[in-house]
Amino acid sequence: MIPLSYYVAVSVVLFVIGLTGVLIRKNFLIILYAIELMLNAANINFVAFAHYAQDVTGQVVSLFIITIAAAEAAIGLAIIIVLFRKKATTNVDEINLLKW
Amino acid sequence: MSDQILFFYFFSMILAGALVAIASPSMIYSALALLIAFIHTAGIYILLNAEFIAAVQIIVYAGAILVLYLFVLMLFNPKQEKVYWHKQYPVGIILGLSLVALLLFAINRPHVQGQQGDFTESTQSATGNTQAIGQALFSDYIFPFEISSLILLVAMLGAIILAGRGTKPEKS
Repeated sequence: MIPLSYYVAVSVVLFVIGLTGVLIRKNFLIILYAIELMLNAANINFVAFAHYAQDVTGQVVSLFIITIAAAEAAIGLAIIIVLFRKKATTNVDEINLLKW
Repeated sequence: MSDQILFFYFFSMILAGALVAIASPSMIYSALALLIAFIHTAGIYILLNAEFIAAVQIIVYAGAILVLYLFVLMLFNPKQEKVYWHKQYPVGIILGLSLVALLLFAINRPHVQGQQGDFTESTQSATGNTQAIGQALFSDYIFPFEISSLILLVAMLGAIILAGRGTKPEKS
Protein backbone atom coordinates (compact mmCIF):
# COMPACT_ATOMS: atom_id res chain seq x y z
CA MET A 1 0.00 0.00 0.00
CA ILE A 2 1.47 3.29 -1.09
CA PRO A 3 0.81 6.15 1.36
CA LEU A 4 -1.14 9.17 0.21
CA SER A 5 1.79 11.51 0.78
CA TYR A 6 3.74 9.78 -2.01
CA TYR A 7 1.10 10.73 -4.54
CA VAL A 8 0.95 14.27 -3.15
CA ALA A 9 4.75 14.37 -3.50
CA VAL A 10 4.45 13.48 -7.21
CA SER A 11 1.91 16.27 -7.56
CA VAL A 12 4.16 18.74 -5.71
CA VAL A 13 7.17 17.95 -7.86
CA LEU A 14 5.18 18.15 -11.09
CA PHE A 15 3.55 21.45 -10.08
CA VAL A 16 6.85 23.07 -9.14
CA ILE A 17 8.47 21.88 -12.39
CA GLY A 18 5.62 23.54 -14.27
CA LEU A 19 5.93 26.75 -12.25
CA THR A 20 9.68 26.84 -12.82
CA GLY A 21 9.09 26.27 -16.52
CA VAL A 22 6.83 29.32 -16.68
CA LEU A 23 9.48 31.38 -14.90
CA ILE A 24 12.61 30.34 -16.76
CA ARG A 25 11.57 29.96 -20.39
CA LYS A 26 11.05 32.64 -23.01
CA ASN A 27 9.16 30.52 -25.49
CA PHE A 28 5.40 31.01 -25.52
CA LEU A 29 4.73 27.36 -26.45
CA ILE A 30 6.91 25.98 -23.67
CA ILE A 31 5.07 28.19 -21.20
CA LEU A 32 1.81 26.61 -22.37
CA TYR A 33 3.36 23.14 -21.90
CA ALA A 34 4.31 24.13 -18.36
CA ILE A 35 0.74 25.24 -17.64
CA GLU A 36 -0.47 21.83 -18.82
CA LEU A 37 1.99 20.22 -16.39
CA MET A 38 0.57 22.27 -13.52
CA LEU A 39 -3.01 21.31 -14.40
CA ASN A 40 -1.89 17.69 -14.51
CA ALA A 41 -0.40 18.01 -11.03
CA ALA A 42 -3.73 19.26 -9.71
CA ASN A 43 -5.40 16.29 -11.39
CA ILE A 44 -3.09 13.79 -9.68
CA ASN A 45 -3.92 15.41 -6.35
CA PHE A 46 -7.67 15.19 -6.93
CA VAL A 47 -7.57 11.55 -8.02
CA ALA A 48 -5.28 10.56 -5.13
CA PHE A 49 -7.52 12.18 -2.54
CA ALA A 50 -10.58 10.65 -4.19
CA HIS A 51 -9.01 7.22 -3.80
CA TYR A 52 -7.94 7.67 -0.19
CA ALA A 53 -11.12 9.39 0.97
CA GLN A 54 -13.17 6.76 -0.92
CA ASP A 55 -15.25 9.35 -2.71
CA VAL A 56 -15.88 9.63 -6.43
CA THR A 57 -16.14 13.44 -6.38
CA GLY A 58 -12.42 13.95 -6.91
CA GLN A 59 -12.50 11.95 -10.11
CA VAL A 60 -15.46 13.98 -11.42
CA VAL A 61 -13.60 17.23 -10.65
CA SER A 62 -10.52 15.94 -12.45
CA LEU A 63 -12.70 15.37 -15.53
CA PHE A 64 -13.72 19.03 -15.38
CA ILE A 65 -10.05 20.02 -15.08
CA ILE A 66 -9.25 18.03 -18.22
CA THR A 67 -12.06 19.91 -19.99
CA ILE A 68 -10.62 23.25 -18.89
CA ALA A 69 -7.15 22.16 -20.01
CA ALA A 70 -8.42 21.31 -23.48
CA ALA A 71 -10.21 24.66 -23.80
CA GLU A 72 -7.13 26.50 -22.55
CA ALA A 73 -4.88 24.71 -25.04
CA ALA A 74 -7.18 25.59 -27.94
CA ILE A 75 -7.43 29.27 -26.98
CA GLY A 76 -3.71 29.56 -26.19
CA LEU A 77 -2.71 28.06 -29.51
CA ALA A 78 -5.13 30.35 -31.36
CA ILE A 79 -3.51 33.35 -29.64
CA ILE A 80 -0.08 32.02 -30.60
CA ILE A 81 -1.16 31.69 -34.23
CA VAL A 82 -2.46 35.28 -34.30
CA LEU A 83 0.74 36.56 -32.69
CA PHE A 84 2.91 34.55 -35.02
CA ARG A 85 1.18 36.06 -38.06
CA LYS A 86 1.77 39.55 -36.71
CA LYS A 87 5.27 39.36 -35.26
CA ALA A 88 6.78 36.01 -36.34
CA THR A 89 8.16 35.36 -32.88
CA THR A 90 7.43 33.09 -29.96
CA ASN A 91 9.51 35.09 -27.52
CA VAL A 92 7.34 36.46 -24.74
CA ASP A 93 9.68 39.43 -24.20
CA GLU A 94 8.98 40.72 -27.70
CA ILE A 95 5.21 40.50 -27.29
CA ASN A 96 4.63 43.89 -25.71
CA LEU A 97 1.89 45.42 -27.86
CA LEU A 98 -0.10 46.51 -24.80
CA LYS A 99 2.87 48.15 -23.09
CA TRP A 100 3.44 51.88 -23.31
CA MET B 1 5.45 -4.63 -3.69
CA SER B 2 4.84 -4.59 -7.44
CA ASP B 3 2.67 -1.53 -6.83
CA GLN B 4 5.63 0.28 -5.33
CA ILE B 5 7.95 -0.66 -8.16
CA LEU B 6 5.38 0.58 -10.67
CA PHE B 7 4.82 3.73 -8.66
CA PHE B 8 8.51 4.61 -8.60
CA TYR B 9 8.82 3.79 -12.30
CA PHE B 10 5.92 6.15 -13.13
CA PHE B 11 7.28 8.79 -10.77
CA SER B 12 10.75 8.76 -12.30
CA MET B 13 9.39 8.86 -15.85
CA ILE B 14 7.05 11.76 -15.01
CA LEU B 15 9.95 13.60 -13.41
CA ALA B 16 12.26 12.98 -16.37
CA GLY B 17 9.60 13.85 -18.95
CA ALA B 18 8.59 17.06 -17.21
CA LEU B 19 12.20 18.18 -16.74
CA VAL B 20 13.06 17.53 -20.38
CA ALA B 21 9.83 19.27 -21.44
CA ILE B 22 10.75 22.53 -19.73
CA ALA B 23 14.53 22.38 -20.32
CA SER B 24 14.92 21.16 -23.89
CA PRO B 25 15.88 23.75 -26.54
CA SER B 26 13.85 21.97 -29.21
CA MET B 27 10.09 22.41 -29.10
CA ILE B 28 9.46 19.03 -30.74
CA TYR B 29 11.52 17.22 -28.10
CA SER B 30 9.67 19.20 -25.46
CA ALA B 31 6.32 18.08 -26.83
CA LEU B 32 7.39 14.43 -26.98
CA ALA B 33 8.76 14.56 -23.41
CA LEU B 34 5.45 16.05 -22.35
CA LEU B 35 3.75 13.08 -24.01
CA ILE B 36 5.89 10.71 -21.91
CA ALA B 37 4.93 12.57 -18.74
CA PHE B 38 1.21 12.47 -19.63
CA ILE B 39 1.17 8.76 -20.42
CA HIS B 40 2.90 7.90 -17.16
CA THR B 41 0.44 10.10 -15.31
CA ALA B 42 -2.24 7.80 -16.72
CA GLY B 43 -0.30 4.94 -15.10
CA ILE B 44 -0.49 6.73 -11.76
CA TYR B 45 -4.27 6.99 -12.20
CA ILE B 46 -4.52 3.26 -12.82
CA LEU B 47 -2.58 2.62 -9.60
CA LEU B 48 -5.23 4.76 -7.88
CA ASN B 49 -8.09 2.62 -9.32
CA ALA B 50 -9.27 5.43 -11.60
CA GLU B 51 -9.39 3.61 -14.92
CA PHE B 52 -11.81 6.00 -16.59
CA ILE B 53 -9.69 9.04 -15.78
CA ALA B 54 -6.64 7.18 -17.07
CA ALA B 55 -8.36 6.50 -20.39
CA VAL B 56 -9.52 10.11 -20.65
CA GLN B 57 -6.01 11.27 -19.82
CA ILE B 58 -4.56 9.26 -22.70
CA ILE B 59 -7.29 10.20 -25.18
CA VAL B 60 -7.59 13.90 -24.36
CA TYR B 61 -4.14 14.90 -23.11
CA ALA B 62 -1.83 12.55 -24.95
CA GLY B 63 -4.07 12.35 -27.98
CA ALA B 64 -5.89 15.61 -28.62
CA ILE B 65 -3.91 18.31 -26.83
CA LEU B 66 -0.46 17.03 -27.81
CA VAL B 67 -1.53 16.59 -31.43
CA LEU B 68 -2.84 20.16 -31.38
CA TYR B 69 0.55 21.41 -30.18
CA LEU B 70 2.38 19.34 -32.77
CA PHE B 71 0.08 20.65 -35.52
CA VAL B 72 0.90 24.23 -34.57
CA LEU B 73 4.62 23.38 -34.58
CA MET B 74 4.26 21.74 -37.98
CA LEU B 75 2.29 24.61 -39.53
CA PHE B 76 4.40 27.47 -38.22
CA ASN B 77 7.83 25.91 -37.73
CA PRO B 78 9.12 28.61 -35.37
CA LYS B 79 12.86 29.01 -35.60
CA GLN B 80 15.15 27.97 -32.79
CA GLU B 81 16.16 30.85 -30.55
CA LYS B 82 19.80 31.33 -29.63
CA VAL B 83 19.10 32.15 -25.99
CA TYR B 84 16.17 30.10 -24.91
CA TRP B 85 16.25 30.69 -21.17
CA HIS B 86 14.83 33.87 -19.76
CA LYS B 87 17.35 36.10 -18.04
CA GLN B 88 15.56 35.65 -14.72
CA TYR B 89 16.24 31.90 -14.74
CA PRO B 90 18.54 31.74 -11.63
CA VAL B 91 15.80 33.33 -9.57
CA GLY B 92 13.25 30.93 -11.03
CA ILE B 93 15.33 27.85 -10.28
CA ILE B 94 16.09 28.95 -6.71
CA LEU B 95 12.40 29.71 -6.18
CA GLY B 96 11.40 26.32 -7.55
CA LEU B 97 13.86 24.39 -5.42
CA SER B 98 12.89 26.20 -2.23
CA LEU B 99 9.19 25.81 -3.00
CA VAL B 100 9.54 22.05 -3.58
CA ALA B 101 11.50 21.70 -0.32
CA LEU B 102 8.87 23.66 1.59
CA LEU B 103 5.94 21.71 0.13
CA LEU B 104 7.59 18.32 0.68
CA PHE B 105 8.21 19.33 4.30
CA ALA B 106 4.60 20.41 4.61
CA ILE B 107 3.07 17.19 3.27
CA ASN B 108 5.18 15.02 5.58
CA ARG B 109 3.69 16.51 8.70
CA PRO B 110 1.23 14.31 10.60
CA HIS B 111 -2.32 14.62 9.39
CA VAL B 112 -5.75 13.48 10.46
CA GLN B 113 -7.90 11.15 8.40
CA GLY B 114 -11.05 12.94 7.35
CA GLN B 115 -14.50 11.56 6.82
CA GLN B 116 -14.60 8.55 4.51
CA GLY B 117 -17.02 8.51 1.59
CA ASP B 118 -19.15 5.62 0.45
CA PHE B 119 -17.12 4.69 -2.63
CA THR B 120 -15.16 1.81 -1.07
CA GLU B 121 -13.19 -0.94 -2.78
CA SER B 122 -16.16 -3.33 -2.64
CA THR B 123 -18.60 -0.80 -4.17
CA GLN B 124 -16.01 -0.02 -6.79
CA SER B 125 -15.62 -3.63 -7.81
CA ALA B 126 -19.40 -4.14 -7.68
CA THR B 127 -20.45 -1.16 -9.81
CA GLY B 128 -17.30 -0.23 -11.67
CA ASN B 129 -15.39 2.99 -11.86
CA THR B 130 -16.97 4.33 -15.06
CA GLN B 131 -20.52 3.71 -13.89
CA ALA B 132 -19.85 5.44 -10.57
CA ILE B 133 -18.39 8.49 -12.31
CA GLY B 134 -21.30 8.57 -14.75
CA GLN B 135 -23.88 8.42 -11.99
CA ALA B 136 -22.17 11.20 -10.04
CA LEU B 137 -21.66 13.30 -13.17
CA PHE B 138 -25.24 13.11 -14.38
CA SER B 139 -26.98 13.46 -11.02
CA ASP B 140 -25.06 15.58 -8.50
CA TYR B 141 -22.84 17.43 -10.96
CA ILE B 142 -25.22 17.97 -13.86
CA PHE B 143 -24.99 21.76 -13.64
CA PRO B 144 -21.16 21.90 -13.72
CA PHE B 145 -21.32 19.38 -16.56
CA GLU B 146 -23.54 21.70 -18.61
CA ILE B 147 -21.27 24.64 -17.78
CA SER B 148 -18.25 22.70 -19.00
CA SER B 149 -20.00 21.97 -22.28
CA LEU B 150 -20.61 25.72 -22.61
CA ILE B 151 -16.92 26.36 -21.89
CA LEU B 152 -15.94 23.97 -24.66
CA LEU B 153 -18.35 25.66 -27.07
CA VAL B 154 -16.97 29.12 -26.25
CA ALA B 155 -13.39 27.86 -26.57
CA MET B 156 -14.15 26.34 -29.96
CA LEU B 157 -15.82 29.51 -31.25
CA GLY B 158 -13.06 31.68 -29.80
CA ALA B 159 -10.31 29.59 -31.37
CA ILE B 160 -12.02 29.65 -34.77
CA ILE B 161 -12.62 33.40 -34.67
CA LEU B 162 -9.12 34.22 -33.37
CA ALA B 163 -7.21 31.98 -35.74
CA GLY B 164 -9.44 32.58 -38.75
CA ARG B 165 -9.51 36.36 -38.55
CA GLY B 166 -7.81 38.13 -41.43
CA THR B 167 -7.77 35.13 -43.73
CA LYS B 168 -10.03 35.41 -46.74
CA PRO B 169 -11.60 32.26 -48.15
CA GLU B 170 -10.36 31.22 -51.57
CA LYS B 171 -12.60 32.32 -54.45
CA SER B 172 -13.38 29.44 -56.73
